[in-house]
Amino acid sequence: MQKTGAQIVIECLLEQKVDTIFGFPGGSILNIYDALYHNRDKIRHIITAHEQGAAHAADGYARATGRTGVVIATSGPGATNLVTGIATAYMDSSPIVAITCNVTLALLGRDSFQEVDIAGITMPITKHNYIVKDVNAIAGVIREAFAIARSGRPGPVLVDITKDITAAVADYTPAKQFPEFPMPHVSEKAVAKALEMLGESKRPLIYAGGGIVSSGASEELICFASKLHSPVACSLLGLGGFPADDPLFTGMIGMHGTVASARAANECDLLIAIGTRFSDRVAGNRKKFAQKAKILHIDIDAAEIDKNVLSHHHIIGDAKQILSALIRGMPEYRHDEWLAQIDEWKQKHPLPSGKGGAGEVHPSYVLEQLYRLTGGDAIITTDVGQHQMWTAQYWKFQKPRTFITSGGLGTMGFGLGASIGAKVGCPDKKVVCISGDGSFHMNMGELTTAVMHDIPVVDIIMDNRVLGMVRQWQRLFYNKRFSCTTLDRKTDYVKLAEAFGATGFRIAKKSDVVPVLEKALACSGPVVVDCVISPDENVLPMIPPGASIDEIIHEICE
Amino acid sequence: MQDKHVLSVFVVNHPGVLSRVSGLFSRRGFNINSLSVGETEDPEFSRITIVVEGDNYALEQITRQLAKLFDVKRVTQFKPDASVCRELLLIKVKSAPEHRSLIIEAANIFRAKTVDLGADSIIIELTGESSKIDAFIDLMRPYGILEIARTGLTALERGSKSIKNHNIDG
Ligand SMILES: Cc1ncc(C[n+]2csc(CCOP(=O)(O)OP(=O)(O)O)c2C)c(N)n1
Ligand SMILES: [Mg+2]
Repeated sequence: MQKTGAQIVIECLLEQKVDTIFGFPGGSILNIYDALYHNRDKIRHIITAHEQGAAHAADGYARATGRTGVVIATSGPGATNLVTGIATAYMDSSPIVAITCNVTLALLGRDSFQEVDIAGITMPITKHNYIVKDVNAIAGVIREAFAIARSGRPGPVLVDITKDITAAVADYTPAKQFPEFPMPHVSEKAVAKALEMLGESKRPLIYAGGGIVSSGASEELICFASKLHSPVACSLLGLGGFPADDPLFTGMIGMHGTVASARAANECDLLIAIGTRFSDRVAGNRKKFAQKAKILHIDIDAAEIDKNVLSHHHIIGDAKQILSALIRGMPEYRHDEWLAQIDEWKQKHPLPSGKGGAGEVHPSYVLEQLYRLTGGDAIITTDVGQHQMWTAQYWKFQKPRTFITSGGLGTMGFGLGASIGAKVGCPDKKVVCISGDGSFHMNMGELTTAVMHDIPVVDIIMDNRVLGMVRQWQRLFYNKRFSCTTLDRKTDYVKLAEAFGATGFRIAKKSDVVPVLEKALACSGPVVVDCVISPDENVLPMIPPGASIDEIIHEICE
Repeated sequence: MQDKHVLSVFVVNHPGVLSRVSGLFSRRGFNINSLSVGETEDPEFSRITIVVEGDNYALEQITRQLAKLFDVKRVTQFKPDASVCRELLLIKVKSAPEHRSLIIEAANIFRAKTVDLGADSIIIELTGESSKIDAFIDLMRPYGILEIARTGLTALERGSKSIKNHNIDG
């Protein structure tokens, strides 16, 4: 079958069962948009306000559904606008395929109009990328790109195609077979040695990360933890991978994790790290982290082993497979004394509930009420800052893929785009974005995307009128010199929402919380809720950067 | 311990593969001492020989990070006693008439070749292990070195095995 390069791109997307893509058109990618026009009944294209929003939407779609997200953009500024979105997906191992078109081959390398070496630029933030200069190579490259994005430790792949190639004609044969990269083989010897370590431990702790979610290993983790009778702490990206209401759960671990998780990591004799990378936001002080413990590291990415914290033993492979093998090989253990100790820490150090005066709204109260009103059955996305950490702390994530947040890159402005992608991928789910006022301003244009495409997301802005998280650091480490973090912008979010064609509400006092949330959740279109909170709240507890649990901050005196 | 290690990296001959490999080093803060690259017996593949300076941690990390690159097919850490390592040197030395025969004599002792002879300069070609090259350069210094070009190390493992049929070490 003779087809143009652009048509081949579309055919290859259809082969991958892609029915939704996010993007923004431009000169170099016109041929693909033309092919999309002819296939508009098969592929829904969601045009965003900005390519960054499209990339975050593809990422949110991927994280919510487990399928690969697709984003397309034109050359030059279109492509560079994707960069933050691609880097965000890379840091959090989210599978997306980004397709960009570049100037024609004849113009390439001459600093032509809207030419940029996007493959060069994205080399460090993609699993792999391509420049396609031959129409006969398109199909193979796109098939391979999808295979790479979802295999092993997932991540973004970029395909840059020169414009002339999208117009050139080649023979297209529907794929009979797709490239596949099999999971690494799980070593039986490594499993056997791990089983021994489990038997020797009196105080185990499971430290679970995003790998649990991407491997679909939650059920196995629940079973493993119960059989081992071990407490479980989750990294930020691990949240939802283990049910928060399970008595074995100690909460998030890390800079703003619970005291119980921090103490458990400090006192355990075996730390079982699964699908996680000992980031500096967890192991602030690498030398002191879990220093009394043997470390068993389970990960699909061999390069993560011993990268940040030296392990005593490791198993490389898929978390689901490995946990199943461990469950099969192990007896039931009991660690009652250790768990009693954990419970004591949990009782003694609950999360703070805010010091604000009567009537003042503490974010924890908003989150608790939202949880109650949704029955916890919602996908939560966030921006980056204090509101993100409060969400991670107070929302009781029960199920994988219900928490979508930028962990590794910490991208302000991620939440709204991600919530649009999540809602498109999971239309039957309530999707709520918890934003910060600073973050919201970064990509608020995406509100028009939600309105235009009738994507009913709820965006709750924790409006403290400051760059709260940065301000918290200034309060702690810069003697309250609040340099450039007090915004006090005059934005009226209710009017802004209405101006964009969405609905807007305001929570000004505590008694507004429930009625406003009820109304917002009942809306059939996109909603913005301006939730006015104090600029002086802190996220606590906090282990300062580079520090260990010895330096944990429980309270900040004004 | 800042040791030198030899990594032999078997890569697909795609455009950009060299910048992927070298970019990884700078990005992750590992030092490349030398890098040489050329086609293998199979024109679809190239071999990049990299001398890395670093401790064991750096060596293991860079090996695993390299192995993750899609265009990298094999990474092998060469052990000094089980591999043959060579470097090529071209050196241009001032050769005042009274020094010329001394220079040529030194070159002969090193089994180096005189490849160009000018009125007042001489180019010598030498292959060998890097320590031998260093020694020869030191020896030439008093005569006045005009220019040096070194290729960086290239290496093969001893014995009949080939990089294509063994797995990533480390
Ligand atoms: C794109 C980007 N720029 C800068 C930062 C640094 N940063 C981290 S948190 C933060 C403050 C965020 O303010 P806001 O969205 O209002 O959230 P809050 O902390 O007030 O809840 C900033 C500036 C970042 N994470 N991302
Ligand atoms: Mg704020």
